[in-house]
Amino acid sequence: MSSRLVVKNGRVVDPARQIDAILDVAIVDGVISEVAASIDSGSASVFDATGLVVAPGFIDMHVHLREPGFEHAETIETGSRSAAAGGFTAVCCMPNTQPVNDNATVTSYIIARARRHAVVNVYPIGAITKDSAGEALAEISSMKEAGIVAISDDGRPVMNARLVRRAMEFAKSLRLPLIEHCEDLHLSAGGDMHEGVESTRLGLRGIPRAAEDVMVARDILLAEVTGAHYHVAHISSKNAVDMVAFAKSRGLPVTAEATPHHFVLADRDMLPYDSNFKMKPPLREPRDVDAVMQGLASGVIDAIATDHAPHPGSEKMQEFERCPFGIIGLETAIALSLDRLFHTGKAGLSQFVAWFTVNPARILSLPGGTLAPGSPADLTLFSLDAEWVYDVNKSPSKSRNTPFDGRHFKGGPAATIVAGNLIWRAGEFL
Amino acid sequence: MRAGLLGIEELSRANIDAILARSRDFQPPPNQPFGRFDFLRGRTIVNLFFEASTRTRTSFEIAAKRLGADVLSITASGSSVSKGESLVDTLNTLGAMRPDLIVMRHSASGAPHFLSRYLPFPIVNAGDGTHEHPTQALLDARTILDRRSSLENLHIAIIGDIDHSRVARSNIHLLSKFGARIVLCGPASLLPEELKQIAPGVELTTDMREAIRGVDVIMMLRVQLERQHETPIPANEYFQFYGLRPEHVSLAAPDVIVMHPGPINRGREISSEVADSQRSAILNQVENGIAVRMAVLERILAS
Repeated sequence: MSSRLVVKNGRVVDPARQIDAILDVAIVDGVISEVAASIDSGSASVFDATGLVVAPGFIDMHVHLREPGFEHAETIETGSRSAAAGGFTAVCCMPNTQPVNDNATVTSYIIARARRHAVVNVYPIGAITKDSAGEALAEISSMKEAGIVAISDDGRPVMNARLVRRAMEFAKSLRLPLIEHCEDLHLSAGGDMHEGVESTRLGLRGIPRAAEDVMVARDILLAEVTGAHYHVAHISSKNAVDMVAFAKSRGLPVTAEATPHHFVLADRDMLPYDSNFKMKPPLREPRDVDAVMQGLASGVIDAIATDHAPHPGSEKMQEFERCPFGIIGLETAIALSLDRLFHTGKAGLSQFVAWFTVNPARILSLPGGTLAPGSPADLTLFSLDAEWVYDVNKSPSKSRNTPFDGRHFKGGPAATIVAGNLIWRAGEFL
Repeated sequence: MRAGLLGIEELSRANIDAILARSRDFQPPPNQPFGRFDFLRGRTIVNLFFEASTRTRTSFEIAAKRLGADVLSITASGSSVSKGESLVDTLNTLGAMRPDLIVMRHSASGAPHFLSRYLPFPIVNAGDGTHEHPTQALLDARTILDRRSSLENLHIAIIGDIDHSRVARSNIHLLSKFGARIVLCGPASLLPEELKQIAPGVELTTDMREAIRGVDVIMMLRVQLERQHETPIPANEYFQFYGLRPEHVSLAAPDVIVMHPGPINRGREISSEVADSQRSAILNQVENGIAVRMAVLERILAS
């Protein structure tokens, strides 16, 4: 007997097909069968989505699930539950685990663990270099066969330009994007926050904008040489946004993502010496924050990703300079993005949904990203106006490192449907 | 000031004035010992020094004892810190012993600010990383006021490794609150442009002669090139371009005050002739350190 679900009366927004209307979505056996007005639900289960936006399942193309190796911080299971609670139906996990995901065995392990324990789709990203040490190429071809969707040495950027060139050549032949965390490690060495008036005032060592910019520039030039698809992770500086715009104007296969914290917070918003504001790239200055928002609005930046980076309290409750970099972000991404980009009128709903769906799906060649009949029945339902307060202590994540605890929001995730199954709804797992 | 003293930046001018005025009461008359008081009898003050500092620790210790407090000094080596205990745990353990106040020195900027959010007792920052050293700025102000009627409209040069100096930051904030004209001077790699924006009245120059011309006060900073991650200036060039020598002093106001937070590196940032000259207030600074710290401890604990 087939399982049937009809999501009724929601505002269906499917940017891939330019749909924005009150419609019903019918799902049969985990696949979308029909999107139309007033579908007769018959014997099917019904989800009343009145007042909610019904979108293709949101994809977070940049998270850290910490498994294998750092299960005290997060696991594939807990990270995937945090994703579901944030309205995401798919996440792409970075390879900086222990061991590093630099070979097909680790890739297969992550996929097997995810199949068993994850409540959302999990797509691994493989390392560019062995052990992400920046010295020799990882086993990219066999990882591709095992299921990686991109390559990146996220957090440990490849400093050797020749190696990046070789990796791009492989990436192109395998139709994988190369994702770079852009940070010249010599320029950033020892830095704990953005280099500027704030770091000077606080007596903290700075990470200059140029550390990001020089690597974006280098990689764009290498993308031109190789023709590879180059993707800039968590873009944060105005110059970097301008350079991606330049690359796109030249028709290069260059894309970029931005995190909510980089368009919501600037360095001067930081609670002094609070490690919940410590991440890479660091929170920059208001003009960079504006550039990131403008980049999203103008289409220079393609996607919103969280860089969800769990660290347990024991690691974050230290002197600022000793704390690790990174914050969690899955559960606040939709609300923060609505707050800064939609409620402010910088973007319409279709563009907003595209940042989380069809755009990342296209960058990574993932299934989904649309509600076209025949697509996997991954759906994100969210509200534009429900008022709520984020309480990190209720998070399914194992970690609590966020600067947004206690923040008031207007609009946010309402329900998450993966492969036709309603797995999370209004704060509860089902 | 019930929460303690973490920095000068957030300290009001009224508080600064009160501390500076009260510290006069604690200055001993010439050639006489410090007076003894019992304002803090029965109170316990812990000096917790995660970074070696003989002079600051001793100064706080004497200040507390002259006020009648019980003092305990702990240095990081030999304590639980070297056994891997976290800073929060160390302070929580100390907190359980109910001290009335902790004086803390730490190599990480913001360490006392971070702790003060979690701990219920007042903390006095005795120097945090490259951020602030508030009692140093207060004692420097006291030393200037011993020789000038007011801090208003003074013209002051601060010379050396400004970027890594907590003494410079605290002095910049304090002097700026009184409307001083502050010229910061050092090699370009130790003099970020952003310093101009941390307080009003700040100017920058890499030319020592230009910095000193006509100033009322010269504050030299201790230079520890060997402790930096990279070499911002070849060490042997430093004294040549940024060491204070008699020919520099003659460019300043005739009654210029030469200061240095110590310990001084003779022949590196300051010549012996200048350090030992009539213009030097270096030993007055040390003496005032005790009087100012007495005023700070009293103000926090008596409130």
